[in-house]
Amino acid sequence: MNRYSRHIILSEIGQEGQDKISNAKVLVIGAGGLGCPVLQYLTAAGVGTIGVIDFDVVELSNLQRQVLFGTSSLGKNKAIAAQERLQDLNSDISIIAYPEPLTYQNAINLFREYDIIVDGSDNFETRYLVNDACIITNKPLVFGAIYKFAGQVSVFNYKNGPSYRCLFPNPPQKEAVPNCSEIGVLGVLPGIIGSMQANEVLKIILGIGNLLSGKLLCYNAMTSQTSTLKINRNETSIQSVLDEQDSFENKRLIIDCQIEVMEVSISEMISEKNVQFIDVREIHEQPKVNHLKVTYIPLSELETSLHKIDLSKKKALFCKSGMRSKNAVKVLQELNINNCFSIPQGASEINNYLKEHNKILSNER
Amino acid sequence: MLITIKYFGQIAEVTQKEEEQLEVSKGSVSGLLNTLNTKYSDLKNKDFQIAQNQELVDLDTELTGAEIALLPPFAGG
Repeated sequence: MNRYSRHIILSEIGQEGQDKISNAKVLVIGAGGLGCPVLQYLTAAGVGTIGVIDFDVVELSNLQRQVLFGTSSLGKNKAIAAQERLQDLNSDISIIAYPEPLTYQNAINLFREYDIIVDGSDNFETRYLVNDACIITNKPLVFGAIYKFAGQVSVFNYKNGPSYRCLFPNPPQKEAVPNCSEIGVLGVLPGIIGSMQANEVLKIILGIGNLLSGKLLCYNAMTSQTSTLKINRNETSIQSVLDEQDSFENKRLIIDCQIEVMEVSISEMISEKNVQFIDVREIHEQPKVNHLKVTYIPLSELETSLHKIDLSKKKALFCKSGMRSKNAVKVLQELNINNCFSIPQGASEINNYLKEHNKILSNER
Repeated sequence: MLITIKYFGQIAEVTQKEEEQLEVSKGSVSGLLNTLNTKYSDLKNKDFQIAQNQELVDLDTELTGAEIALLPPFAGG
């Protein structure tokens, strides 16, 4: 019995349609609430190549809605855990796991490997990054987003249709819109919205039905009501992304999740033993802090220099004014590297403190 | 004229309702927004787009519609 016989006997699909599905390449951003059902249905449908990118690990509180995972996945990287489970669901297809964050640096080359991009991310910064990279690489984007009991679905950037920026030109500026894991969500909601995204993906591949291109579907799980709003293409918004494409890869992601960054005073860190001091300024920046043993990891190289970080120690990060060190702590927390603190004062003040207290610290740290 | 206003997501949390009917005078969408900002003071702290008769519109669009929707962005996944 053919695995796909229930597809093939549909006159709208047939063997020809199933072959299109087998030849399709789809990249799913995030293996979370939305990514899980998208991945499961695309795998079961036989999409020939599926990429999944996620840096995060499976936590117990994920299992309330991320039904791809089980307790045996706890602590594993989500992309890897998803690949293992999906490969068992369908070993005839190719599933590629990227256990890393999506960044301005890797997005363009990654997107070029695929036909369709599915956004299942959980923060605005990544959503705008995904949208802009889809505009630059000219890939259709199947969008889904959720908030508590409400969801949104659309298809962006499809055959000169509107993009996410035609709907919301810029990330929210006003009162922070809650992100990531800080809000509650009805467990079944991402299942519904993610399944709708999988449906749009299959319609794009098959070239059948009506897509949600130029339309935003809004679903309310409380009332079971849907509203579909019309979105028009805004040339100015799209052109401004294209105008800036040369500098795209120079942009840096400041992960937007509302993670509390622990700040710590100089004196507190100096009095502690077992601390690794990390200077996140660029190598040429002066003055250096000479009387402490310092590891030099510029913020721009942080993600590729993780091997320099001593996981057994407390990490005290500093820069010139406390901004970059704060961002660096956020990046490390996102990568699940804990016990990181930002010293709000800069290198000069650390030198003054050491001078004042006449502390010359040994290399025992 | 009598219009129906729909509130989505975080906007419904500000207005404490998902839908209401309001009697408004003719004018632009921004005029209606001023009325709503007065009625719901927290609304000015929110980002959202406005749709009239299921189509996204600018603030200077003339109010014609029977139905207005206030639509915030969602980030969750």
